[in-house]
This record gives sequence, structure tokens and C-alpha cells, in this order.
Amino acid sequence: MSETITILQENLGQALWETFEMVVISGIIGVVLGTLLGLVLYYYSNPLFSPRAAVNNVVGFIINAVRSFPFLILMIVLIPFAKLVAGDPYTPMGGAVSLSVAAVPFFARIAESSFAEIDQGVIEAARSTGAGFFLIFSDVLFPEALPSLIRGIVLTIISLIGYSAMVGTIGAGGIGNLAIQFGYNRYETGVLISVIVILVIIVQIIQWIGDRLAVHYTRG
Amino acid sequence: MSQIELKNVSVTFEQKRTTINAVKDVSLSIEKGEIFGIVGLSGAGKSTLVRTINGLQQPTTGEVTVSGVEINKANKSQLAQARKKIGFIFQNFNLINNRTIAQNIGFALTAGGYPEKQQPEKIDQLLALVGLQDRKANYPAQLSGGQKQRVGIARALANDPDILLCDEATSALDLETAEEIITILKDINERLHITIVFITHQLEVAKNLFDRVAVMENGELVEQTTAYKLFADPQSDMAKRLVNRFLDDELPDEVRFKLRKSNGRFLSLKYHGDDSLDPVITEIAGTAGVDISILQGRIEFIQSNAIGTLGIFITGEPQAINQAVRLFHEKVDGVEEDEQ
Repeated sequence: MSETITILQENLGQALWETFEMVVISGIIGVVLGTLLGLVLYYYSNPLFSPRAAVNNVVGFIINAVRSFPFLILMIVLIPFAKLVAGDPYTPMGGAVSLSVAAVPFFARIAESSFAEIDQGVIEAARSTGAGFFLIFSDVLFPEALPSLIRGIVLTIISLIGYSAMVGTIGAGGIGNLAIQFGYNRYETGVLISVIVILVIIVQIIQWIGDRLAVHYTRG
Repeated sequence: MSQIELKNVSVTFEQKRTTINAVKDVSLSIEKGEIFGIVGLSGAGKSTLVRTINGLQQPTTGEVTVSGVEINKANKSQLAQARKKIGFIFQNFNLINNRTIAQNIGFALTAGGYPEKQQPEKIDQLLALVGLQDRKANYPAQLSGGQKQRVGIARALANDPDILLCDEATSALDLETAEEIITILKDINERLHITIVFITHQLEVAKNLFDRVAVMENGELVEQTTAYKLFADPQSDMAKRLVNRFLDDELPDEVRFKLRKSNGRFLSLKYHGDDSLDPVITEIAGTAGVDISILQGRIEFIQSNAIGTLGIFITGEPQAINQAVRLFHEKVDGVEEDEQ
């Protein structure tokens, strides 16, 4: 028991920080680039904008291809790439690289469906004012899709926390690594249980905040 | 040149297995300042046709010219420019749900290049025009259907358009609210001299609003006439169907069945203007020596002219009945005989 506490005292803060680093970096990259890709998919498939099946098919194919990789394999395949980008692949930064690569196509599909859910009539009304695409994006697509995007962000972050445990096992650190290193390999069941409890609490809090925000941005 | 000119406009949708001819070779001219109606059943191609006017739908063949600009050949910026001067009102209002009423109108103003700083004042003016000044900070979900459509009108008027296109603008509203919207549109037309093109499948809208009207059926324009003439003297089968349903001069089947058993003939009389039928009926009844019973009657005012329909049943000697029918044909504008 006392050993469990010692291990947690020495490692938990560091591990939490590493997980936070990985999830935040890959989350931001995933949401920003994913939104852009989702917007590309939406723009080139909506008859009210610029339907171009070719662009849509190519982008869609790439997204599907990356998403077909089981994350464990994607992570290993991306080790050389992580090395190139982050220097050392076995750091939280290195881990964030493969997490980002997984997050972008994941969020792209979420963003695409969030935009596609918007009532086509509202887009038609916006088009008929003579507004250009950027104005329509900032004043129509974005506010109308926001609640759905927020729910998608929550989904992405929670998935990323899960995946971050996997990159932890190949040396990128984080709370998942703590559980494996001490809890599993050194039979410190107390550490394992503590990590699980912490994760459950974190996920609950994120989901709760996300739901509140989504409701807040659904007006009326 | 008319303000809106459509020349041989056709719109064809190619789908994988089928080709849909939504609009077939439609030509029409709409003059500045008039209220032009397009009526027809749903699926007749009305919505597609009206969308060619602001380029939301490009015609497959034919030409669309609005205020001298060829919409079907316009590039992106010309089209955006033209759209600023063409307001559009929708059946389902199509407001941005997560933006306030003021922001919804502000969006259209920004799209039209209206300076940001002067927008609040303009938004107030527009909302005053439709009587919703106090709902600026509300979101669409907090408004009733009629109020949402008023916001739709205010938004459509944001950039001082020359033309207002209305796609079933009253069809999602109850009759009373629809009347309110129509009154607002009529008022806008009179005060601001904005041309209004109004599509509907509800003929009761036509009687108060339209100057001229076109009837569409299966993508084709089957009749083009004035609102009064449409009701008084419809020519095409589609127009007759629509008008008869509206004036409801068909007898209920139960009554028809009863009449079939008795000896006599049913006539449907239609009269225009203010002529009263009563002296004619008593006169003919006297001259021919028949009995005339009145089964149903109705008077409608279309563009402040009366149109009356009267369903009568004539009984008596066969000879006398024939004479009475002949007299009615002579003295009444429209006589239709029911074959029973």
C-alpha cells in the first residue's frame, strides 16, 4: 500500500502531464485539420456549393485509408515519421505525432457529418443573399454545426486518451504507461486501479463539460 | 424590356436511371412593380422555375434575364451582385437557428456589403417594417411561424431588393397568419414598388394578392392570365381544376345521388361583376313554367370584382326544362350542365 502511494507520488504528476500534452497537441491538430478536411468534403459534395465528385472521392479515399489502420499498426508504421517531426519518437511529442495522424481523418468524418446535418434550406437562404463561402462558413455553417462539432470533439478527446495509453507502451510516457509499467509489469494492482479511477473521472468530466457546451450553443 | 424575362427555359435533372424534366420550355415576362403568381400542384416545377430567376438553379436550356443581367451566363461575382437585389422568402423560413434575429438580418446586410457600424440602425428599420422591433435579441426557436416568416421578409428586404421571390411563403402557416403575411407583402409592394413573384399551390392566396398569374402543370406553363380572369374564366384543364376546387361548385356525392333519382336538371351558373341573379331566376322560372331550387351559392371577390357561383336544380315538364336551360345559356355568363 505504502509502495503504491510512493509510486503514485513520484510518477503520477509527470504521467498526467505527458498524457495531457499528447492529447492536447493531437486534439488541436486533429480538430483544426479535420475541420478543414471535413469542410472540403462538404463543399465538394453539396450541390449548393461546388459538387465535384473527383475531389470528394480522392480526399475520401485517403481519409478511409488512414482510418483503416488499426491504431497499434499505424503507430508502429509512423515511428520513422515521428522521428522526423519530433526528433525522438519515444517522447510525448513523438507520441503526439501518431495520435495526430489518427485524429485528423477521424475528426474529418465527424466534421463532415456535422456540416451535412445542417438544413439545406438554410444554406439556400444564405446563398440567395449573395454571400460568399467564407461568410457562409463563419455565420451559418459554423454556428449551426457548433453543437454537433463540440460533441465530436468530446468523442475525439476521449478516444485520444485511450490511444495515448497505447503510445505510452512504446515509450511515449503518459498515464497509460504508468499503469502498464507499474500496475501490470510489477504487479502493483493499487497503481492500476488508481489509474483506472482517475481515467474514469477525467472522461466523466470531459463528457459533462462537452454536453453543457453543446446545449449552450443550441439556441432557443 | 421587362424586369424578369424567361425565354424557353427548361430544367432537366439527370439521374442515374431517369431524366426528370422539371421545367419544360417556359417563357414569361414579369413587369416591374407587379405581383406575379405562379400556381400549380406540388411537383409542377414552380420552385425549380423560380430558382432560375436568382440562379440557385441554372436552366439546362433557355435564357433568364433579370434587370438586364443574363443570369444564366453570369459569372460568380455578377451572380452574387444580382442576388443582392433579389430577396428570397421560403416556405420553411430557413433562418439561422443558432443566431439571433438581429444577427440573421445582419448576415444578409454583411453579404450585401452594408457597413457594419450602420447595421444596427438598418436592422431596427427592417424589423419595424414587419412589426418585430422587440424581438431583436431572440433566437428563431422563440418565435412563432408567422413571426419567423416576418423575419424572413425583413432579411429578404435587407439589401433594398428590386424583386422579392416567395416560394410557398404562406403554405406552412395557418390561414389567419397567412393573411397577415400577405397583407405585409402587399403593403411592401405598394410602398416600395418591389416586384413580387409568388409561388403557391393555395389558390385562396391568389385572389387577394396577384395581379397576374401563371398556371403550371408537369413543368409546363399551361395558362397565363390576370388573377380575375383566372377565377372568372379559366381556360386550361389545370386552371379549371384549381379554380373549381377553390370555388367548390361540385355537389357532394350524396346530393348528386338524390338528384339523379328525381326528374330534373342540374345547372352550375357562374356570373361576373355585380349582376344579381335573382331576377333572372324568377324571370326564367316564370317564363318557362318550371320550379327552380337553389342548392348552393357563393360569392368571391377577386381584385375587388365579384365572381358568383350558383348551383340550381330545375324541375318540371321536359319541354319546359329545356326552354329554361336555353334561357339560362342566353342570360348568364357561364353555364355548366351536370351530366349527373
